[in-house]
Amino acid sequence: MASDLLPPGAPVAPETAGDTTPGRRGRRPDRLREPWAVRWLLRVVTVGYVFFLVAWPTSLVFRNAFADGSQAVVDALSDESVRLALQLTAEITVWSVLINLVFGVTIAMLLVRYRFPGKRLLSALIDVPLSVSPVVVGLSLLLVYNGRDGLFGRTLENIGIQIIFSAPGMVMATTFVALPLVIREVVPVLQEIGDEQEQAARSLGANAPQTFRRITLPAIKWAVVYGVVLSLARSLGEFGAVKIVSGNIVNQSQTATLVVEQKYQNFEQTSAYVVAALLAAAAMVCLVVVALLRPKETS
Amino acid sequence: MSINVSGVTKKFGDFVALDDVSVDLPTGQLTALLGPSGGGKSTLLRIIAGLESADSGTVTIEGNEATHLPPQKRNVGFVFQHYAAFKHMSVAKNVAFGLEIRKRPKDETARRVHELLELVHLSQFAHRLPAQLSGGQRQRMALARALAVEPTVLLLDEPFGALDAKVRKELREWLRRLHDEVAVTTVFVTHDQEEALEVADEIVVINDGRIEQVGTPDQLYDEPANDFVMSFLGPVTRLGGSLVRPHDIDVSTTEEPGAVRGTVQRMLRVGFEVRLTVALEPDHAGAAASLSAPTERETVEVTVTRATQRHLHLEEGQQVWVAHTEGARAVPERAVLPTPLASGA
Repeated sequence: MASDLLPPGAPVAPETAGDTTPGRRGRRPDRLREPWAVRWLLRVVTVGYVFFLVAWPTSLVFRNAFADGSQAVVDALSDESVRLALQLTAEITVWSVLINLVFGVTIAMLLVRYRFPGKRLLSALIDVPLSVSPVVVGLSLLLVYNGRDGLFGRTLENIGIQIIFSAPGMVMATTFVALPLVIREVVPVLQEIGDEQEQAARSLGANAPQTFRRITLPAIKWAVVYGVVLSLARSLGEFGAVKIVSGNIVNQSQTATLVVEQKYQNFEQTSAYVVAALLAAAAMVCLVVVALLRPKETS
Repeated sequence: MSINVSGVTKKFGDFVALDDVSVDLPTGQLTALLGPSGGGKSTLLRIIAGLESADSGTVTIEGNEATHLPPQKRNVGFVFQHYAAFKHMSVAKNVAFGLEIRKRPKDETARRVHELLELVHLSQFAHRLPAQLSGGQRQRMALARALAVEPTVLLLDEPFGALDAKVRKELREWLRRLHDEVAVTTVFVTHDQEEALEVADEIVVINDGRIEQVGTPDQLYDEPANDFVMSFLGPVTRLGGSLVRPHDIDVSTTEEPGAVRGTVQRMLRVGFEVRLTVALEPDHAGAAASLSAPTERETVEVTVTRATQRHLHLEEGQQVWVAHTEGARAVPERAVLPTPLASGA
């Protein structure tokens, strides 16, 4: 992933330079190659690993989703609770991706371009969502924002804002979990491009917002897109944190992933598989779209 | 005076980059800030541009107090060592940037960009991306971009430092001609004394956060304020208790009055010049002293032309007499001269 994230126009080593056998580029000289058997063993192990762990199970979800024919799929998707859950998931995802986009780029700029006390602490804190279980995230939000004895929750509830068991809490939980993704994509690119272009823009008369919009943003565009897509995929699939803060109320605070679990436990296997396949497909589409977009920029 | 720097001090942690520096840079001239790496010359330039802020002291540009102005309000053009090209914009867009920020009419911008690209000989590359240009072309683009906003002063930070030797030479001649054409007050930072001597009207020598000397290239070369300036502006060697340029020493194969006897210890030919290392005979040539190993004896570096070397049949191990060339400038060794005051120069 790291090599994909070089900023457009970054110096790229000339390909095939000095290579007299272009067809065999990337191969090691014969002398350094492992014996035939070792090479095949490595291939079989790697492919087998990925197949049995990722490819096969995921494909079975799709097969099961369509096992009872397309009418079953349509029926499953037109179920009231499924429809509402998909809608809720879409809303929550959009909000949390937007929030993470704005704050992610801002925090990345802060971390790379400014020096301030506590910077290392901030940088470490940003990785917390990656290392802490989403269940813990859900519980911690519950402690602060629940309406009965939460630290902020009671005050907010008194003025009519309900966080827990409603959309704001679910957006917060999802945002929390996906927080590092944009930042961790953007930070290395910002470091790579340096701040000379920004200084040049300033000396040419641009103020800070103009410099950001016309110089910095175009340079980190692809990192931002990548971060957004990762956040999108992560937000669509969030389960643990959302389950705790949402209360999992059918037709009200149930997201797609929660519906999958519930349908599965209620022996509505087809519905569960259909929604699961939909979630998987959405994530795959995200990754494919990025893969298709990127090469245009670098060529 | 176009740029006036007064009492500027800048520290990075414990490191003192500039120590109470005061200097006046004249209008319309091409001034070089010359000094070794880490001497503070780039810091001074960046403080003038507003890219760095001074801990104390003031900067005035064309009579305007600029100490606390942000860079975009100082109307200075800045050129970076590594070009700082806007990678996602075409050459023409790069040059137009400052004008677009100033919301100049489109046709005026287009005309000005065209003029500037003509000036830097990049017209045919207007639609290329910076990545498709060579280093020298990128730097010319950066220069056009800085000139586009009609800056009061043009500041260049080691502008040719990242280029190869040949392009560097071409570009500095070109910069000199360009300056004669455009005549904007220009300050450039360099650690290359040849570059400074060749291009600048005036040179400010900076070392260790302090200004060593200010003067024209000739003044600096002929009347260096101290041994640092002398040794920084070109090679020096020691003969008869004073510092002198290696090419300001006469070599002869016969005894001359006032000349010191020595032996050619090493000889290195570099193109048209030949560099000799001559081991001197001890002043009071006692029998014991002359027997000491040649490597322990005092040596002097001498540069002669290839022609001279052939004419005198100079070779290693030969006995020669060396003396100061008449009219050559020599500085007493470890001269303790009064601190040269920049503002007084």
